[in-house]
Amino acid sequence: MAITIFGLLLVTFLIARVMPIDPVLAVVGDRAPADVYEKARLDLGLDKPLWTQFAIYIAKVFTGDLGTSVLTAQKVTDDIKTVFPATLELATLGTLIGAVFGVPFGIFAATHQGRWPDQVARIVGLLGYSIPVFWLGLMGLLLFYAKLGWVAGPGRLSIAYQDFVDPITGIVMLDAALQGEWDAVRDAFSHLILPASVLGILSIAYISRMTRSFLINELQQQYVIAARVKGVPEWRVVWGHALRNAVVPLVTVIALSYMHLLEGSVLTETIFAWPGLGRYITNSLLNADMNAVLGGTLVVGAVFIAVNLFSDIIGRLADPRAR
Amino acid sequence: MSDTSVSDRSGWRDWLMSTSPASRRQARLGQFYRQWLAFRSNPSAMIGLVIVVALLLIAAAAPLVASQDPLVQDLPQRLQPPSWAHLFGTDALGRDIFSRVVYGTRVTLVIVLLVVITVGPIGLLIGCAAGYLGGWVDTVLMRITDVFLAFPRLVLALAFVAALGPGLENAVIAIAFTAWPPYARVARAETMVIRNADYISAIQLQGASQGRIVWKHVVPMCMPSLIVRTTLDMAGIILTAAGLGFLGLGAQPPIPEWGAMISAGREQIFDQWWVATFPGLAICVVALGFNLLGDGLRDVMDAR
Amino acid sequence: MRHVAKLMAVSAFAGLMTTTAVFAQTPKDTVVMAKQIDDIITLDPAEAFEFSGVEVGANVYDKLIGVDLANGNKLIGELAESWTVSPDQLTYTFKLRPNVKFHSGNALTAADVVYSIQRAVTLNKSPGFILTQFGLNKDTVLEKVKAPDANTVVITVSQPFAPTFFLNCLTSGVAAVVDSKLVKANEKDGDWGNAWLKLNSAGSGAYKVRSYRPNEQYALDANESWYKGAPKAKRIIVRHVAEPASQRLLLEKGDVDMARNLSKDQLASVKDNKDVEIVQGDKGYILYLGLNQKNPNLAKPEVREALKWLVDYAAIEKNIVEGTYKAHESFLPNGFLGAIGDKPYKFDLAKGKELLAKAGLANGFTVTMDTRSVNPITDIAQAIQSTWGQAGVKLELIPGDGKQTLTKYRARTHDIYIGQWGPDYLDPHTNAETFAINENNGEDAKSKTLAWRNAWDIPEMTKKTQANVLESDAAKRAAVYGDIQREHQKVSPFVIMFQQVEVTAERKNIKGWVIGPSSDTNFYWTISKG
Repeated sequence: MAITIFGLLLVTFLIARVMPIDPVLAVVGDRAPADVYEKARLDLGLDKPLWTQFAIYIAKVFTGDLGTSVLTAQKVTDDIKTVFPATLELATLGTLIGAVFGVPFGIFAATHQGRWPDQVARIVGLLGYSIPVFWLGLMGLLLFYAKLGWVAGPGRLSIAYQDFVDPITGIVMLDAALQGEWDAVRDAFSHLILPASVLGILSIAYISRMTRSFLINELQQQYVIAARVKGVPEWRVVWGHALRNAVVPLVTVIALSYMHLLEGSVLTETIFAWPGLGRYITNSLLNADMNAVLGGTLVVGAVFIAVNLFSDIIGRLADPRAR
Repeated sequence: MSDTSVSDRSGWRDWLMSTSPASRRQARLGQFYRQWLAFRSNPSAMIGLVIVVALLLIAAAAPLVASQDPLVQDLPQRLQPPSWAHLFGTDALGRDIFSRVVYGTRVTLVIVLLVVITVGPIGLLIGCAAGYLGGWVDTVLMRITDVFLAFPRLVLALAFVAALGPGLENAVIAIAFTAWPPYARVARAETMVIRNADYISAIQLQGASQGRIVWKHVVPMCMPSLIVRTTLDMAGIILTAAGLGFLGLGAQPPIPEWGAMISAGREQIFDQWWVATFPGLAICVVALGFNLLGDGLRDVMDAR
Repeated sequence: MRHVAKLMAVSAFAGLMTTTAVFAQTPKDTVVMAKQIDDIITLDPAEAFEFSGVEVGANVYDKLIGVDLANGNKLIGELAESWTVSPDQLTYTFKLRPNVKFHSGNALTAADVVYSIQRAVTLNKSPGFILTQFGLNKDTVLEKVKAPDANTVVITVSQPFAPTFFLNCLTSGVAAVVDSKLVKANEKDGDWGNAWLKLNSAGSGAYKVRSYRPNEQYALDANESWYKGAPKAKRIIVRHVAEPASQRLLLEKGDVDMARNLSKDQLASVKDNKDVEIVQGDKGYILYLGLNQKNPNLAKPEVREALKWLVDYAAIEKNIVEGTYKAHESFLPNGFLGAIGDKPYKFDLAKGKELLAKAGLANGFTVTMDTRSVNPITDIAQAIQSTWGQAGVKLELIPGDGKQTLTKYRARTHDIYIGQWGPDYLDPHTNAETFAINENNGEDAKSKTLAWRNAWDIPEMTKKTQANVLESDAAKRAAVYGDIQREHQKVSPFVIMFQQVEVTAERKNIKGWVIGPSSDTNFYWTISKG
């Protein structure tokens, strides 16, 4: 686990350092005279050998110091405290939408296996895998924001509400609710719903397909046949018996889909001007802002490991053989 | 088969469906034929096949299908809405979007094919080596795989492109670099099963070298699941390539790459919707085609 | 079970769709702008050198001297009530305006002015050279900049520079006066308060920084006791909106009062909107191509000239950048001392081909251009690619992010670079220096001007340009700059194409916004909201 994270940091470090982007530019800009430039280069420690630079960084990470971002002039830990909840908010609602639509969709397909509803479900599910998310986001903005005016545009809050909501958890809707600013909650929701739906469509595809195959698997089991023979109503067979047994893999799948949304939100965040983790990493990368890139990567790696661990534990807890 | 007047056609069919094939070739062809029958009965897979074949035809006949040179600018005619002269309208430099979408099929195909021929062997090699050799080789290789899996794919590709410089070839290399881990995992899982099979032990006893066993016996057994995996992955490759193009780091302008075309239309999205809409639709259709095809192939070839 | 699924789907979908958005109008005394502000590195006036950061400084800090926008950018006193120049042009004496207070309530005295200059010179960040070029450095600054009494500041420069040159430099952001007591209180490890000032303000200007979140927004509150009188708008909120299309929508829906970065097509479509009007101002930014002289083809004089004839300036202006750029072919922007309006080049395919043939390249050649993946740069590059192609010059575009193309340009490994250059301060020397001075064309050069970046070795022009900063007669100085530019147009490896026009689209109830010639002169205090 620690090795994975270490490897992740190493790979990130190497890639970011071989990129032909001068990190000093982000500090001093294009116009700086030679002496100013040189001073900034030394301040960043860029005169030291690559391995030394990496060793210094790792040593600092152990003391909980992720360094300062050049771009935002803030501690990377502080930056992450603001960008991570933004992504979390987006991915959580996205996964929720994915699960609420995806699971029934998958069940529907499984109970009509091979017939036309299954074919339709299959095509719709695969469509979710086939739409470029940035395009879907643009089309969503065009239709629901510009033409119909049903939702609010890019960003997390309308400008009028910007200063009313103080960050407590970093999740705007929650913060607004805690402070009793119900208008701000509504506003935040109308900003959130479109990007979350765009992400949700990706996760509907994944969750519905997985639900279908798990359920088909369960429906072929002996106990289902037995229940049917005993005359248990079909809806109870499906919802009561088969689904209950498919819950464990399903939870794992939803957790995995959550992780994909967390890291897959780079383009969605770009389209919707959402100040989240994906955009933070990308932006830092293109500015060779090393501390920020590494810090962001560390968070992604930690999430990856946490989700894997979580699904392992769930799997073990629920597996009767393991119990 | 109750027809007694044996025509050539049903003769072939009997030969293919024979349960006691006389030769290896007959057996193999027979298997193909059965798979084809199963595939044909799956409507969504057939839709996928039709789309992919259409893509190939359009790419091959692009100069005939397109109404104009996709690169020729006509500034006074910029941002014209769709009409008979310009089926999909024109872009900000007055180029015909329909022709650009048509020529874009070539770009897409080139990317997909190049990625596939790069990534398949890498994944196969790493996966088979890890699965067959086991021990510390397995541990090290799988750790590396984990590292690459934990990284957001697009960000990784972006970093590679930034490091290598933009352009189609580099985009392909970058995507291949990020796409191999799942292949390695699939190949490893397959190999672990095969490794313990009796016939492998038999070959080992005959004293075959490890390299030979992996190459001659393990790799071929992994192929079917890898082919399925590849077809299913093509849509993902198309989307990643388009994402890179969208972020301005894929193909070089003025190449009609669909992602870059969407990106160019972003500024006009609220007024000239057609600039971004049509290339996006093209991506959807093609990606869906590959997905449907791959899904159908999986049902047929990969019963597990 | 079908019913359940259907019901769930329908109700969730309905919930999703009935989320009607609340579109709040902006508050009455608050002016909200949508603007690209992700270029801000810092708000510290001694360090800020990017357009948006400098603009914040212009509204938060006061300087000794300013320019009168309504009166041909004439120099006027701001914190300095008056000033005198010694006959040898080495000593400047400034009399300060009495009773000026900082936002903190501290009185602004000559000691603050000395501290501010000392601070900028000692920190010597990116814009530091604007002051150090007059012979100030961290060891001598306290000898050269003195406060004989609380209302007087005396500055001694190292050479008899043209007074307009020195005074113009004092109008730039790096010469802003900071609250020395407040800054000292927030100093950390001898950093002159740099870390704190990155995100906060310690000024005396029309506004003070209320909050700043990088890449998101900054909010400014009015300084009710400003020496020129309280600003009309009580609060200014500037929100980062990257997409011009989004900026336009926010403006049309009334979510913002002003949109600062609309592109040509956005402008064309808001023109028809009754609630919106457009304000324009010439900016000093020059859009040009730099042809690297290390490339043997580009080093041929005929090729340089041919490429200038092969750009379709008129078509690009009309179709791609109308309203946001205008044709301009010399290195001094309109509005600067010595600027000329000469436009010797227009699109002429035959002439271009003829020159290429003379250079022995009748069949053309292949060359690359590093191009930022942003508009209008990409579109302009593709338009150039098309017309050059007609003459056989095969232009390959290498797209990249801003920092990426810039890194390559600075290392002189490009063939052609397409980019913008903006003046550092309001004196012609800023652009003359970068476009027409190259002291040392070697890799070890200390001063890496644009001429150096394109490996253009010009000892004669360098001397002539350098001598001109000592010319005290403004008219003569202007005439010499005219000569240099005409020569430059003929021989230089710079294809200068356009000058930027900054445009703001604002709601009709916004009045008084004037766009200055640089970010240092974009003032918010004149804005009011009816």
